[in-house]
Amino acid sequence: MRTPGRVAGAVALRVLTQLRRDRRTLVMLLALPCLLVVLLWWMFEDAPGSSFDRLGPGLLALFPFVVMFLVTSVTMLRERSSGTLERLLTLPAGRLDLILGYALAFGVVAAVQSTLAVAVSVGPLGLDVAGPVWLLVVVAVADAVLGTALGLFVSAFARTEFQAVQFLPAFVIPQILLCGLLLPREVLPSGLEEVSSVLPLSYATDAMQTLSRSTATGAVLADLAVVVGFGAACLALGAATLRRRTA
Amino acid sequence: MMNNTVEVRGLVVVRGRHRVLDGLDLDVAPGVTGLLGPSGCGKSTLLRSVVGVQRVAGGAVRVLGQDAGAAALRRRVGYVTQAASVYDDLTVAENLRFFARVLGVTRHDVERAVESVDLGEHRDQVVGRLSGGQRSRASLAVAMLGEPDLLVLDEPTVGLDPVLRRDLWAVFHRIADGGATVLVSSHVMDEAERCDRLLLMRDGAVLTDDTPDGVKRRTGAGDVETAFLRLVEDLA
Repeated sequence: MRTPGRVAGAVALRVLTQLRRDRRTLVMLLALPCLLVVLLWWMFEDAPGSSFDRLGPGLLALFPFVVMFLVTSVTMLRERSSGTLERLLTLPAGRLDLILGYALAFGVVAAVQSTLAVAVSVGPLGLDVAGPVWLLVVVAVADAVLGTALGLFVSAFARTEFQAVQFLPAFVIPQILLCGLLLPREVLPSGLEEVSSVLPLSYATDAMQTLSRSTATGAVLADLAVVVGFGAACLALGAATLRRRTA
Repeated sequence: MMNNTVEVRGLVVVRGRHRVLDGLDLDVAPGVTGLLGPSGCGKSTLLRSVVGVQRVAGGAVRVLGQDAGAAALRRRVGYVTQAASVYDDLTVAENLRFFARVLGVTRHDVERAVESVDLGEHRDQVVGRLSGGQRSRASLAVAMLGEPDLLVLDEPTVGLDPVLRRDLWAVFHRIADGGATVLVSSHVMDEAERCDRLLLMRDGAVLTDDTPDGVKRRTGAGDVETAFLRLVEDLA
């Protein structure tokens, strides 16, 4: 009776149904990254040089990551406080199955979200990327899934809503500071440069910046592999920290 | 000795420095067993241990011949927590279909569960807009999916009107008539009369394990509440 993926599919379908019901959240999920890209484009409209082309791809990596991190943390916390997670854990459902279900649902949302943001950027806003646009979408989706995976993992350590929200400055903002968007990673003081090279967002930003400058895809795929690896590790850790028995 | 669905021996649960349960022994047989005691006496902790979601410090909890929480039991034990553990933003039917998919049971089971808690009229309503009693019944319906051999219900009748309470107890007895074991907790003593068997609990210990009539006869009390008081006084 144990079909692999049955539970993951059920969870994914359920999360998407819940999102569909919450129209405002859905609209914000899909529209906010686009609006933020527009804001960025507008900021640099009168600035000399091609700052939007330089920063745009990096931010396309960032927005879905941050948004999905938050949405996932809150979803998991709700699941814990409503007792539904406890109920699920008493049912014949593998812990990795459950986690994959969430990753799948938010992955679908992330794919739509990132495609829209990239379409707005390279379309009406005229973002100039040297590499293939489809790869830009792929990296953005991978970042969003990474955000989901990280959110799933750290939500295991949040007992209250306040703690969950604080995980954004704790786990996400340092990555934003060190990812190479504000300052090239090579000029970071030694120590910090090493730290930045074990943070997943650095590789996501690297991939985006390479895509914006060059047509070579080898380095991008290598960075992408690191991002996906981090995501997979977070999902596995998320499943491992999901305890059936609690105090 | 396999007439008992649940066998608890020397169960110890520690929370912080407090021993919530301190060497508790207990048997539960098929039928409707009421676990009664004041709030905070350890009822929920005991039920969580039976379901296998409570971290325990010592002792043994055997359910249907296996250790509580064993993977093979997850299909045979239905559990309703004190919070109505259903999704507020889904309809009754959507909630049930989701849990049915997780359990791998059919849509037919979903229909039967909806009918048995009498929520047919509300099946397509979002759970968050239902009354408290309707939400508890939706949660109960989820626990009944797949016809579990043991149904563990933590205060399922709290805050319900008397008519609904009576109906729910009728549902419990119907389930038990099918051969299942129903373990229901309550802090309302007048629900004791509706149980086949009573476990009276106080301060993490079981005071007595008897039929409602047996408890009253032994203590010479007219009702279970008085019987409970006499048992507590005898201990003091």
